[in-house]
Amino acid sequence: MSALQDKYKELIDTVNASGVTGAQINETDGVLHITGTAPSADVKNKLWDIYGKIDPNFLTGDVVMNVNVATAVAGAKVKVVTDSTNLNIRKGPGTDQPIVGKAAHGEVITLVGKANDQWWLVRTNDGEEGYSYSQYLTPVE
Amino acid sequence: MLPAFIMATALAVSLPSCKSKPSDADIQTKVQTAIAATPGVSADVKDGVVTLSGLVSSDAEKTAVETAVNNLKESGVKSVVDNIEVEAAPAPAAVAPAADALSQGVADATKDFPGITATVADGVITVTGEIEKSKVQTLKASLDALNPKKTDMSQVKVK
Repeated sequence: MSALQDKYKELIDTVNASGVTGAQINETDGVLHITGTAPSADVKNKLWDIYGKIDPNFLTGDVVMNVNVATAVAGAKVKVVTDSTNLNIRKGPGTDQPIVGKAAHGEVITLVGKANDQWWLVRTNDGEEGYSYSQYLTPVE
Repeated sequence: MLPAFIMATALAVSLPSCKSKPSDADIQTKVQTAIAATPGVSADVKDGVVTLSGLVSSDAEKTAVETAVNNLKESGVKSVVDNIEVEAAPAPAAVAPAADALSQGVADATKDFPGITATVADGVITVTGEIEKSKVQTLKASLDALNPKKTDMSQVKVK
């Protein structure tokens, strides 16, 4: 086991023990790449908590972690997890696209589909539909 | 003497017209050999007129096939009708380098962090600036989700 894998042993062990599907842990040029699909948002949050405990504020840059959540599928309810502000809903997938609506912090809306990992097509309860940035949306379990 | 002369003349005059005209089937065989190098193209022959059809990937291929068949005039090809279609070139967006996608992704990911600047070089994201502690994880997760080689935040000041 490399020094890097030793440093992040708790994180790697948790990935392997938490039902993360398609988990891949590769070390390339001194960076540990962790990808996979967590069974729930709770597991994903737990992984980020452990990562943040080992490397406070994620400043070292020796890990790239990209973990999706299995329950984030079309038709699922997702919660707006912005810091405190409203979430922009845009006409297309990109910040250069015009804003066609907003979802409030904490509001639960519907995931309609995914343009890519970053931009999800969503619909509010008022029927507003458009693309929002996926990092501010978490599946409601 | 005279009859022999007339006969010889008649023979000489009649010979070219006696030469058998190539059949469409003969022409088809020659044409088939000429177009064999270009898969996707087929030929129909009727009364010496060759009609080419099918799909090729470039104008150059289309021209080459047409020229090859046109060169078969001696084998009986009277003319060539070129109905070969050229496949549309792939849209430029499809070949855009991945580096641009990463830069665009980084621009989208950092838009909501006013104090933060991020640059991309060789697949590595380098982040500078100031950020509140409560927002660090969202920033890092947003950038890591773009699958960079590395997300270097060592120069970031956390407030």
